Amino acid sequence: MTAYIVRRLLQMIPLIFGVTFLTFALINLMPGSPVLRLRDNPKIRPEAALELEKQLGLDKPWPVRYVSWLGDLAHGDLGVSLYNRLPVADRIWAAIPNTLLLAVLALGIALAIAVPLGVYSAVRHGSLFDRSASVGAVAMYAMPDFWLALLLVILFALKFKAWGLPSLPVGGMADARGGGDLLDRIRHLILPVAALAMVQIGSWSAFFRSSMLETLSQEYIRTARGKGLPNRTILYLHAFKNAFLPLITIVGLALPGLLGGALFIETIFAWPGMGRLTYEAVGRRDYTMIMATTLMFSVLTMLSNLVADVLYAVLDPRIRLE
Amino acid sequence: MAQVISDEHESEYQVAPPTGNAAPAPSRALATLSAYGEGEAYVGALDRRSLRKTPGLYIRAWRRFRSNRVAMAALIVLLLIVVFVLSAGLISRYVTGFTPQENHLADKLKPPMTDGYILGSDGNGRDILTRLAYGGRVSIMIAVLSGLATFFIGGAIGLVSGYRGGLTDTLLMRLVDVLLSIPGLPLLILIASLYSPGPVGLAFVLAAVSWPGIARIVRGEVLALRGREYVDAARTLGASGPRIVLRHILPNILPLMIVYISLIIPGLILAETGLSFLGIGVQVPTPSWGNMLGDAQQFFRTNATNVVIPGLMIYLTSLTMYLVGNGLRDALDPKLSE
Repeated sequence: MTAYIVRRLLQMIPLIFGVTFLTFALINLMPGSPVLRLRDNPKIRPEAALELEKQLGLDKPWPVRYVSWLGDLAHGDLGVSLYNRLPVADRIWAAIPNTLLLAVLALGIALAIAVPLGVYSAVRHGSLFDRSASVGAVAMYAMPDFWLALLLVILFALKFKAWGLPSLPVGGMADARGGGDLLDRIRHLILPVAALAMVQIGSWSAFFRSSMLETLSQEYIRTARGKGLPNRTILYLHAFKNAFLPLITIVGLALPGLLGGALFIETIFAWPGMGRLTYEAVGRRDYTMIMATTLMFSVLTMLSNLVADVLYAVLDPRIRLE
Repeated sequence: MAQVISDEHESEYQVAPPTGNAAPAPSRALATLSAYGEGEAYVGALDRRSLRKTPGLYIRAWRRFRSNRVAMAALIVLLLIVVFVLSAGLISRYVTGFTPQENHLADKLKPPMTDGYILGSDGNGRDILTRLAYGGRVSIMIAVLSGLATFFIGGAIGLVSGYRGGLTDTLLMRLVDVLLSIPGLPLLILIASLYSPGPVGLAFVLAAVSWPGIARIVRGEVLALRGREYVDAARTLGASGPRIVLRHILPNILPLMIVYISLIIPGLILAETGLSFLGIGVQVPTPSWGNMLGDAQQFFRTNATNVVIPGLMIYLTSLTMYLVGNGLRDALDPKLSE
């Protein structure tokens, strides 16, 4: 197992080269640069703009800059922001936990709802409950999450306030004044996490339902029934574990989407995470920041795939990782 | 979201590739035989006749699709939406009397059904119904165009990679690996923002990010089919590489590709409207459902309907497209075919 994990981690290295090279090329093949825009500014002398370009190293051809960027990366240096000259690493490390908090909570809550829904639909399949759950699953699957988030805001923040009901806050991670305690932070989490989780619940419960149905039609379930085991034991001890395995792969595949998809949620709720950082950096043409966020997104994606694979092997003794 | 779907199907389809031209249904063959009366030397000719009379894969799929009530209802709603956006010019001229760009600043943020604004007006005093029709045209055009581009780019790369193998395959698949390890949305935002493309360009940006999924699936299918006897037979008969790929392999993968594309198109429409919502997709003043929603976002405290309306159109379109895609999958699924 350790050997497998080490090899998978080593395999990430060429991928990281590929990702960073591609991003660097994409950024630099575009006409214009952050400094070029300064040259059009009449308040700035052209010589000063050129000087700045030299200082930031932007006068060299981009492959040369890529190599020196890689060299810095090897020393753990992600560079300084072109926007405010502060080290980008500081902001990245501050943003990653915020995004992970959203994504992991949403994942946990979506699973906690989707799995029982799926089990119950499978056990009662064909029933009214099952059919309405299936309709709900499809309805949530096609939902634009940014619209859903806005609707939640309108309903729970605006309308609830207007109706005199307890309403939820919609911006940031805590109230600027007098906030910051645990309860306040939880209140700020509810809407963004709900928006992120709701979209996943549909597809996961539908998937788990069919996985459960397939498991329940297996021979060993019939054997268990034939032995006269109670239904509960069959369901939770024999069927559940086996039906759960394929879901791990699906969840692992959805993680990058959750991390990236948090971008909409983060911009709508002014949540200081990776997505908003990327969005900001792209708007400011802050190349070093863009490189850093892309790199981090990719590493998180690769790590989540690895975790899903390892988890699968840990839970299913039939799978050997080699 | 589309990713999840794709990989579900990857595993689903790896086992049983669709068979292009299935044997004629026995009952039909028998019926024709009896029509021809007592056995003469017609046997060969009979077989060919009855083969021709058996409806093809796609006709049978359409019959199955037609009997799927949910999918048919979704198709009808989707067609209604398409008719609505295609008649944008007529709506502007005869129903609302506004052009999509025309702004009356004095009339901004009118609620629906006031002063001739059937669905109200936006923050610049533009008529929402008119913009909804024109905006839908842009959004649906981008979704369909990017779906087609994904189909051709991903399909071509998958076919070449799978059939050629060797270094070509290795290089192309490493590129796929790299692209699949960057989450789609940040990558899209990066490209769309740096190159600020027009609507057609945006469709190709979406395709540039979404082709790796289908390329990988097609390649896997080609690898599975490449060793089949009928491919060997074609090669023995002297068929060229392109001919084998296009005439013998592609027809067997086509149903799978159609299903895949129809299931990612809802994702593409969500991606475009999402980008436009953030202000880096379709640029104002060209309306798109996404940038209408983005514009309305700043007024959500006072004019919630402006947020609800374009979002509802996006949702309805992606939902019906998804249901039609589901219907197509059930209709074309080789395992369910007669």
